[in-house]
Amino acid sequence: MQPAELNLARYSVRLDSETDFAGWRDAARRLALNEVKPEDIGWHVASDSTQTDLPAVPAGAQLAVPRDFIGHAETAFCHSDPGRFAFLYRLLWRLRSEPKLLSIASDPDTRRLETMEKAVRRDSHKMHAFVRFRKIGDGDDERYVAWFEPDHFIVERNADFFVRRFTGMRWTILTPYASADWDGKRLAIGPGAAKGDAPTQDDTEALWRTYFENIFNPARLKVKAMQKEMPKKYWRNLPEASLIPELIAGADKAAKDMIARMPTTPAPHHAKVQAKHWPKREPAEATEDDGATTISALREAAKGCRRCPLWRDATQTVFGEGPDNARVIFVGEQPGDQEDIAGKPFVGPAGKVFDAILDDAGVDRRKVYVTNAVKHFKFEPRGKRRIHSKPNAGEVQACRWWIDREFAQIKPDLAVALGATAALSLLGKAIPVTKMRGQVIEREDGLRVLITIHPSFILRIHEPADKDAERERFLRDMREVKRLMAA
Amino acid sequence: MTALTVLEKLAILSDAAKYDASCASSGSTKRDSLNSGGIGSTEGMGICHSYAPDGRCISLLKILLTNFCIYDCSYCINRSSSNVQRARFTVGEVVKLTMDFYRRNYIEGLFLSSGVVRSPDETMGEMVEVARRLRLDEKFSGYIHLKTIPESSAELVEKAGLYADRLSINVELPTDEGVKRLAPEKKPETIRLSMAKLRQKMEEKAEPTLRTKKRERFAPGGQSTQMIVGADKTSDDGILHTSARLYGSYHLRRVYYSAFSPIPDSSSSLPLQKPPLMREHRLYQADWLMRFYGFSQPEILAGSSDGMLDLAIDPKLAWALRNRGQFPVDINRADREALLRVPGLGTKVVMKILETRRHRRLRLEDVGRLCQSITKLRPFIIAEGWSPGALTDKAGLRGKIVRSCEQLSLF
Repeated sequence: MQPAELNLARYSVRLDSETDFAGWRDAARRLALNEVKPEDIGWHVASDSTQTDLPAVPAGAQLAVPRDFIGHAETAFCHSDPGRFAFLYRLLWRLRSEPKLLSIASDPDTRRLETMEKAVRRDSHKMHAFVRFRKIGDGDDERYVAWFEPDHFIVERNADFFVRRFTGMRWTILTPYASADWDGKRLAIGPGAAKGDAPTQDDTEALWRTYFENIFNPARLKVKAMQKEMPKKYWRNLPEASLIPELIAGADKAAKDMIARMPTTPAPHHAKVQAKHWPKREPAEATEDDGATTISALREAAKGCRRCPLWRDATQTVFGEGPDNARVIFVGEQPGDQEDIAGKPFVGPAGKVFDAILDDAGVDRRKVYVTNAVKHFKFEPRGKRRIHSKPNAGEVQACRWWIDREFAQIKPDLAVALGATAALSLLGKAIPVTKMRGQVIEREDGLRVLITIHPSFILRIHEPADKDAERERFLRDMREVKRLMAA
Repeated sequence: MTALTVLEKLAILSDAAKYDASCASSGSTKRDSLNSGGIGSTEGMGICHSYAPDGRCISLLKILLTNFCIYDCSYCINRSSSNVQRARFTVGEVVKLTMDFYRRNYIEGLFLSSGVVRSPDETMGEMVEVARRLRLDEKFSGYIHLKTIPESSAELVEKAGLYADRLSINVELPTDEGVKRLAPEKKPETIRLSMAKLRQKMEEKAEPTLRTKKRERFAPGGQSTQMIVGADKTSDDGILHTSARLYGSYHLRRVYYSAFSPIPDSSSSLPLQKPPLMREHRLYQADWLMRFYGFSQPEILAGSSDGMLDLAIDPKLAWALRNRGQFPVDINRADREALLRVPGLGTKVVMKILETRRHRRLRLEDVGRLCQSITKLRPFIIAEGWSPGALTDKAGLRGKIVRSCEQLSLF
């Protein structure tokens, strides 16, 4: 807005200060409700300027603006652009007939508002980051004082952040246009100051500079990236910044030195450390001890299993669980997400369903042995979830080595195949589970295998009536298990 | 030997910590000191208080408690065979340094790691003690990140989670074979189990307790890890596969990639060259595609010849050039998922497009106003009054985009 135009304005509004948002809001409301066009208003912040009498709000008039406009305007108001008062009034003016204006990101005014807000937010963020306190006084007189030069009028806006963060400290932040002071109880916003009003040194800065020098990796010099986030204009008030030029100048040589420095002979204490802490190198691969004669020995041996590639992505081998003398072995498909984390079979959602139904059927879970056809979790990662993928025939075959040993050890009267993968593992061929469920198949070695579904099938049914019916069918199968155990 | 001063120790123990990439102080719960009358706050967003000339943010006081170590990992400056000068902070010295730095607004908090002295439990116990004293004696509410030692006891990890915002365990290398070769005393299976236990604890503590209905505090900033890039031969596809596994399995907040830096007095089993910074940058971009852009890990590099990310262009553009059949995408009609796959459109811009197009149809220049540059975008979109025609399928498209992007950066 040109000064010449200011004089032509029909209304002249005087704001108390650069951050007098309440004054602007009140004036803008009166003017807009009296249909005063943006070009008929001159806005200024000056004690010597005069204010024309503003029209009163017409009786019963309501100014409807989108609720979020106030928040946006308050932020943009802190911008140092002298044209901001007129600009925000123009936005207000347009919003009356275009209530969706702020959602139209491609509109030039909306973009200007966003750019202003961004600048204010960035400056605020840099203030949170680059204020550097210096300590003066000791004991009861201890205070922390900082000198900071913001681009915009953000001291009032940011003071609360420092109060929340440094509640237990007495501090003052001085800037050219305003200051903020916290005495431990009360926040006071005061007038601006000069750099000379702030302390010039602090003993801790030597430590800080040492840290800055040493945390820097000269082999990764990226000066542009640094300056993008820490523009030079801030450097003069940062105690660490004076180190930057020499760090940059010496970086190349330092990095070359790193590379050139040939490996030396091991440090003198190295042999002693090795002898004391690592006396016996364990074999790299756990050997699968074929001589395991208990389930717990088998479980130990299976920890290092590499018979198929599934160990690579899983957390751990999930071995079977239950007493060595169990009369029945339940075989599931494979561990799921929860089982992979806990290292125990049937502890996830399907495991809970399984437990509840066993309980209803009167089967004591502590007396049965539960295991899986495949002992590592096979999955596809999807963000923070893991989608179960079906083990293939090769993986089932590889893991039979363990299943056979579990059976040889426990010698149960009955096996229960929970689902098709378990049936494949136990019978060596694909079985139509839904068709054959409830049937008992006798293996060549005399083992009886009861075929049923996997309890996770019940979880996947959405229709409550169908779900209940399926649960009932599974419960019947488990009652059959109980009958066969007793027989 | 004369005792080292705190300044000398700080020089040694921050130099020792510079190979750890993470300095994040974000992602924890909101806290301040208004009620405690103490010092410190976390407000969701981390603050970078300074930047070193390596372009890295300095947000936390990142130090080792000690660089004495009984492990001998060849990629590590602090391995027991290294001739680096050793030092050891006392618990009190770390507490005082943290508070002195924080009060002057140099940092957001503390990132504490350590070499392992004598035993994992003894070292972890001292780290936990630092955190405990900061929280309880100093009424410190700033950010604390503790590097967890995988072999330490469950009880110590529980305490660590009580005082720290974030816990992390470094997987160090993308494959178990690599760990076994370069870090013979480390056990990859123990690292996995420790991460699994952290996830379990976090889930357990996120549930309100039966008796008090309150949630107990346990590492509200979650867990993270770091992988060294370029110390072994793993391809980018292999690295991303491991990342996807870690995100899915242990719900990590972040996987950090650290381009392998030559270390003074390095082991002869490692490449002596400048760190592959561009490769690291591309890995981070690919990681973002998995976390925020709906890409599954295998599709990022599907169809590439060597499983390596293109160093000259970003992974999304490379993917688009390999999958031209998916383009052009109509800016005014496509769904969010399709828009997110357009090169040059970030998550925020996509949100703005969706919002704006409810009120008006977007022309090419409107899209240009919303995003950084239209150069990359133009061949891949249809907008009001704009269709790329045969441009999308042009053989020389990659070269053309690369050239115009280079020209832009000259101005």
